[in-house]
Amino acid sequence: MAAAAAPTLTRPRVSSFSRSTQLSGLSIPLPPGIRTGPNSTAFVSSGIPTLDAILGGGYCLGSLVMVMEDPDAPHHMLLLRSFMSQGIVHDQPLLYASPAEEPRRFLGTLPSPACSTADKSPRRDREEDKGLRIAWQYKKYFDETHQSISSRKDNEIEYSSDFDLRKPLQRQFISGRKIECISILKNSDLAAFHDRCGVFLNQHARKEGSILGACRISIQSFCAPQCEYFNQEWQVLSFLRSLRSMVKSSNSVAVLTFSPSLLPPSSLKRWQHLADILISVRAIPDDDKDMAKLLTGYQDMVGLLNIHKIARPNVQVPFILDATMFSMKLQKRKYLIMECLNQAPVDGSGGSSYAASGTGSCSSASKTGPLDF
Amino acid sequence: MAGSRSLLDEALPTLGKALLIEDCVETSGGFLLHHLVKRFLLCDRPVILVAFANTFSHYDRILRKLGCNLAAPRDKNRFVFVDMLDPQLQVGNSGGTDGSADGDVGFSLYERICKAVRSISTEKNSVAILVDDLSLMEVACKGSVDDVIDFLHHCHTLIAESDCSFVFLNHHDIYSSMERPSLMLYLEYMADVLLRVEPLATGSAVDVHGQLTVLNRGVHDVAGTSRSKFQNFHYRVKENGIECFYPGSRG
Repeated sequence: MAAAAAPTLTRPRVSSFSRSTQLSGLSIPLPPGIRTGPNSTAFVSSGIPTLDAILGGGYCLGSLVMVMEDPDAPHHMLLLRSFMSQGIVHDQPLLYASPAEEPRRFLGTLPSPACSTADKSPRRDREEDKGLRIAWQYKKYFDETHQSISSRKDNEIEYSSDFDLRKPLQRQFISGRKIECISILKNSDLAAFHDRCGVFLNQHARKEGSILGACRISIQSFCAPQCEYFNQEWQVLSFLRSLRSMVKSSNSVAVLTFSPSLLPPSSLKRWQHLADILISVRAIPDDDKDMAKLLTGYQDMVGLLNIHKIARPNVQVPFILDATMFSMKLQKRKYLIMECLNQAPVDGSGGSSYAASGTGSCSSASKTGPLDF
Repeated sequence: MAGSRSLLDEALPTLGKALLIEDCVETSGGFLLHHLVKRFLLCDRPVILVAFANTFSHYDRILRKLGCNLAAPRDKNRFVFVDMLDPQLQVGNSGGTDGSADGDVGFSLYERICKAVRSISTEKNSVAILVDDLSLMEVACKGSVDDVIDFLHHCHTLIAESDCSFVFLNHHDIYSSMERPSLMLYLEYMADVLLRVEPLATGSAVDVHGQLTVLNRGVHDVAGTSRSKFQNFHYRVKENGIECFYPGSRG
């Protein structure tokens, strides 16, 4: 946010209540795929409209997003694919690093945006109609995520696309775009990778005063045991610190996935402190009958997403979410969506929270206590 | 608002010589650092902010909302910002992997601080030095705890020599799994005032953001004996300040 500092220093302070929208205040039009937010922040889309709504607009420019993987399921890949595809659709430069031998092959698995508007526009129209009838205070009880996205202006609808997970991204999107793929498998230390990231951001990132567009860096399974630098704890941390500062100074976004079980506890906490946005994903067992009774739409759920931390630049007030756990669902078996956990109505019970219902069938069958409200 | 704000200020009557702020992943203690920067500047004390975690514009915008402009004291040489986030200034970056150059991080930072202290100190008011945060300094030193402790030791001498005050921010959850966290033990031993920020056991809420424990060491009571004073608050962070209240006192 170095660019943001310049105007604030020279201008005398007007009022502490004035809304400073530095980016929108400039006459430079924003490139596609970037949306301004409060406190001079700007967002790029995560590629999942419902996740953008949960995060208050998307991934903030200049943030390092960490996704904690589930060791048994590749759900983090869904987030990573959406993030990369969205960047490619917006023609934002992309750097992808993974411990695979040939990381470029991964581009073939990226999802394609829902091609015709015919498929999704009826859904949005319907939601917009509903939104007109419902008072704004009650929106949150009513599929808030879709509401907020659909009520945006026309040009902002393109800010985040729905991706069809069954269709691979067409070649026309990939060819000729600024995409770099790096294998981190054979890196004995991270110096080369660090330099590569630095060069990539220097080439493409926005310079002070002018907006060239946001860069996206996505790193998959960063601390995989097959990588040669795996045991060099401090070198990895130093790289992360450096990546964080590079991302901040160039106003890009980096998404990094890692497996928390592979790190020692103190190191894991250090990683988490370095993250601006910290998310974990978890698979759910297929045949958990107790859970199926407890939650509606259990059969459509593919996993759970937990948001642990959202640190915003330029603001000290913490970003408090209504809920931190969301279900990952596949809508029409195509689109990945995030939803609040909805508890199924249970006979004779006012309902107990998901977290409190560790006893499973017992809580769903018996009445809850007198303090339940 | 004014009454509730003074609750925290009452808990910190004198800011002491070494303050330690401890936070964790769930709740950031950055707001206390901003509050202290503001308080030092309002007392007309020169401030040096060593930032490993955030950029100048981040602090500047927050402090402006708190009613304190950083640019003006910076122009008057009353405020020095040491940007340790800048990749250009990161000592021991990718090239220096053997640890030879990394030992200098603590010492070079200490030298920079000394230089800044000399340039901005006045005979009237002592300098306040704030470090955000020490765990990142440990990373910058490639995990050499001894280097960080050496740095802290040098800082301690600066307290005695130049009558400076120090505020350190660190994350206590990093060290909770360690058997003998020497850095944390040293810090807690060194600190006159300890501020610990923790989340509520019941999770985060919109109106209560967490709880704050203030430990004042060496408080002299009427009889003249020295003891520690321990206070516990709930707090809510706002754009223009911190609202502190006793647990359960908000309807």
